[in-house]
Amino acid sequence: MSGYFSDLITGSKSLLVGLGVTLKALVSPVVTVQYPREKIDVSPAFRGHIDLMKDETTGTHRCIVCLSCMKACPCQCITVEGEKQEGVKGKVLTLFTLDFTKCSLCGLCVESCKPHAIDFSDEYELAGFSREEFFYDLLKRVKERA
Amino acid sequence: MATKLERMAGSKHRFLLNMGPQHPSTHGVLRVVLEMDGEYAMELDPVLGYGHRMHEKMAEVRPTSGFYPNTARMDYLGAILFSHGYVGLLERMAGVEVPERAEYIRVITAELNRISSHLVGIGAYVLDLGAFTPILYAFDDREKILDILEAITGSRLTYCYFRAGGVSRDIDDTFIRRTREFIDRMRNRMPMYHDLVTDNIIFLKRTKEIGLIDRDMAIRYGLTGPVLRGSGIAYDVRKSEPYSIYDRFDFEIPTGENGDSFDRYLVRMEEIVQSLRIIEQALDALPDGPVMAKTKKIKLPAGECNYTVEAARGSLSYYLVGDGSDTPYRLKIRVPSYANLSPLPELCRGILLSDLVTAMGSLDLVIPEIDR
Repeated sequence: MSGYFSDLITGSKSLLVGLGVTLKALVSPVVTVQYPREKIDVSPAFRGHIDLMKDETTGTHRCIVCLSCMKACPCQCITVEGEKQEGVKGKVLTLFTLDFTKCSLCGLCVESCKPHAIDFSDEYELAGFSREEFFYDLLKRVKERA
Repeated sequence: MATKLERMAGSKHRFLLNMGPQHPSTHGVLRVVLEMDGEYAMELDPVLGYGHRMHEKMAEVRPTSGFYPNTARMDYLGAILFSHGYVGLLERMAGVEVPERAEYIRVITAELNRISSHLVGIGAYVLDLGAFTPILYAFDDREKILDILEAITGSRLTYCYFRAGGVSRDIDDTFIRRTREFIDRMRNRMPMYHDLVTDNIIFLKRTKEIGLIDRDMAIRYGLTGPVLRGSGIAYDVRKSEPYSIYDRFDFEIPTGENGDSFDRYLVRMEEIVQSLRIIEQALDALPDGPVMAKTKKIKLPAGECNYTVEAARGSLSYYLVGDGSDTPYRLKIRVPSYANLSPLPELCRGILLSDLVTAMGSLDLVIPEIDR
């Protein structure tokens, strides 16, 4: 019987201590961010989907069509095509697409890119209604930004 | 007064109950078929395979570097720990020397990851028992770790940060400052967790003496990690066969006494404290230098190799058979959760359904790791 009462006392005390902890949390600063209305800055290191970078000096992308990103990608989600054009050294990029439905955001393509032509985008609000919305034409995107 | 149906079924009637694949307390797509006698689970049969994604097969069809993202997708709570095992395997097999600084960064990030995994483990466990508040506090602390790791790795869950030969990115002073802040914060928060959860009478009554695993049983089933240590066996891969640079740090292996659910919870709590100690020592001794070995392209010889690390849930082994090409012939992964799930039928024979949730939650299973 004495065990019952000592349990009752220590038990009630432990519950009150617990309530004290939550009471402290009640008056501590709010950590919740009201997302659609408030936003947190994206970390500079954030690995979003890839994007062709614009070279400030030439005003266009830096891709040399070496296909190393295509080979490095474990998910085969990057397609790069280029062609020889007269008067231009090396190949000229004609197609650079990313199938974002397959991408696992590992960043191996960006590491493999010698001329630093691709980098991570900081976009994260990427909901869509159809599969086709996630087939990104990166060449078109970099031209639109130019 | 027995109803007509009860009379038809007789006095010993039992029924089958499907727990899962979409049950909140199974943490993923684990299905447990229970043979119930009233509220008591008499027989139990786990059904696996709902989340099978052929990770081992995927490793056989792509170059070794292509498997980095997969390691994070097996155990999504301890992603860095899983990639630590994989890169360690590649380095041991190819004979790559890892720079000192990279090893320290690996230990720091891996231990941070272990803490965040244990915080989810504890928070979700207490949530299973019906207490909603602690998981929010645990996630608040975990969020700090995710912020710290995101600033370095670029991702919050599937890090893909380690490479064979080093890490993909160096840490900076901001990282060190924030990590030190986190250590202080977490140490101050530990008494709060003990007030809120450990001493709570309802928690004690629900976990003490429930899901007892004694030493023999733990060894018989090949359990590892906090589940084994909760049964009083001080086995930790970081101590027993130190990999990376774990032999340089001073830390203890917390063990339980009775091997019940409460002990396993307590071991996890104490492991957080020990991980904080390791991180602090690693930050103090952090050397300068490169974070990536010179040889970027690794070549695997023909032959086989094994590498074992201590993941958040126990001992994790990668075993690779190579045929001389850069694609493995076979990659076998020994995950801790699979062995930790195996005592469940014996553990839960004849106990109340609500106690079954207690016992299963205390094993801290991650189902994608079992199914992989």
